[in-house]
Amino acid sequence: MSLHGRDVISIRDLSREEIESIVADARRMIPYAEGRKVMRSLEDKIVAMAFFEPSTRTRLSFESAVARLGGRSLTIADPGSTSLKKGESLNDTIRMLSAYADAIVLRHPNEGSARLAARASDKPVLNAGDGAGQHPTQTLLDLATMQEAFGTLSGLRVVLLGDLKYGRTVHSLAYALALFGAELVLSAPPTLRLPDEVRDQLEHMGAKLVEEDQLHRAIRDADILYVTRIQRERFPDEGEYQKVAGSYRIDNAVLAGAKPRLIVLHPLPRAGEIAPEVDATPHAAYFRQAFLAVPVRMALLNAILGPAKGKRGG
Amino acid sequence: MVRELKITPIKNGTVIDHIGNGLALDVLRIVGVQTLDKDSTVSVALHVRSGKLGWKDILKVENMELSPRKVNAIALIAPTATISIIRDFKVQEKRTVDLPDRIVGVLRCPNLNCITNQPEPIESEFTVLRRRPVLLACAYCERQVDDFLHHLA
Repeated sequence: MSLHGRDVISIRDLSREEIESIVADARRMIPYAEGRKVMRSLEDKIVAMAFFEPSTRTRLSFESAVARLGGRSLTIADPGSTSLKKGESLNDTIRMLSAYADAIVLRHPNEGSARLAARASDKPVLNAGDGAGQHPTQTLLDLATMQEAFGTLSGLRVVLLGDLKYGRTVHSLAYALALFGAELVLSAPPTLRLPDEVRDQLEHMGAKLVEEDQLHRAIRDADILYVTRIQRERFPDEGEYQKVAGSYRIDNAVLAGAKPRLIVLHPLPRAGEIAPEVDATPHAAYFRQAFLAVPVRMALLNAILGPAKGKRGG
Repeated sequence: MVRELKITPIKNGTVIDHIGNGLALDVLRIVGVQTLDKDSTVSVALHVRSGKLGWKDILKVENMELSPRKVNAIALIAPTATISIIRDFKVQEKRTVDLPDRIVGVLRCPNLNCITNQPEPIESEFTVLRRRPVLLACAYCERQVDDFLHHLA
C-alpha cells in the first residue's frame, strides 16, 4: 500500500515493507539532506509544524527536511502564541491548520492527541510525539541508523537499556524490531522493567526476549546497545529518580567487553548515561543517528506528500 | 416459579437477569436510578439460585428501556446478563448482552493525560483487543484497560 496521503501516528500504522521502503529511501536522501544535491519534490507544498510542547531537535529536523525538499513550513513553536491559550480546542486548531497546509506535523503533551488530529484533519498528520505516547519518526531513524551500520535489520541482537517502563519510544522500537525478528536483551533497573502488556505483545509477535540486569553480560554478544534517557518528569518523586538516575553509565571500561562492531545509540539529549569518552570510539553512533533524522523525515514527507509513486520522473 | 415471585412482576419495563452474583448494584449504577420515572419501582434480587450460574442477581426496573450505551456498559461488567423488555406483563424481547467491536462514550480512559480526558469535542472510544476475558484499548492513546467498573463515564 502506498504511503501517499496517509497519516503516520504510530509505528503500528506501518507494515514491515513500508518501514523497509522508508529506510531505503532515507539512504538515497542523504546527499540531498547534506545539500550536495538538490531536490524540489515538495516545491508547491506547505507543511504546518504544530509544536505545543518544547522540542528543538524534532522541530528543526522536520523544518530542515521540508526545506531540503523545496517546501515551506508554517510553524507554531510557542503554544502561548496561539488561540489554544484562549481556550481553543486542539480539534479546532487542527481543522484550521488543515485549511492552511498540505500536511501537519504535531507535537503535543497529551497522549492520543495525534490520533485526534488525524480524525480532525483532512490532510495527513505526522505524529512528532504525543506526550508519553508514540513517536514513530524517532523509531524510523533508529532503524535507519541500524540498517546503515549493519546493512540489514534482520536478526540483530539489540540491548535495550534503561527506562523500559515509561519510555514509550523504546516500546515502539521494540515493536518494530520484533517485526524484523530481532533478539531483544532487556536491561533495566528493577523499578523500570518493561510492562507485562508490552512484553506479552512482543512475545506474541514472536520476538525473542532475554532479561539481563548485568550490563557486561547483556552487551557481550550484542550488535546494538540502545541507551534510553531516564526522564525526570515521569517520576512521582525526586528521590525515586535519583535512585535510578545514576544506576547505569556507559563508558569505555563497560564497552571493553563488547564486540568491536557494537554500536551505541541514544535518542539524545543525554544526561549522564554515556560518558563523553565514548564519543571518540567507533561504537558511538548517536550523533550519526541524530543526523539521520533529516533524511528519514525527508523520505517520509516525500512518500506522503511528494509526487505519487509511478508518476515520479527519474 | 416460586423464586420469581420473591419480587413482583412488572407491567412495563426491563428485567436484567443472569447478572453475575454480587454485581446487581453495579448494574443498577449503570441503569441510573436518578434518571428513572418517579413512579417506577426498582426491584433488586441478590444471591438467587441459578441453574446456569449457581448464584445470580436480578434487577427489574419499571417503565424504562435501556439505551444501547447502557447495554454496552452492562456487557462490560456483567457479560452473562440477559435483558428482557416487558410490555403489558409479557416478554416482548429477550437478548444477551453483546460487546460491539468499538465502545464509544461508555468508559473514561484511565490515562489522565489522554486527550479524551481534556476539554475536546470528542467521546471516549475503545477497541476490543480480547473478548475472554475482555481487554480494551483506548482508540486514542492505546492505553489498555481491563477494570471497567472504576472507569465508567
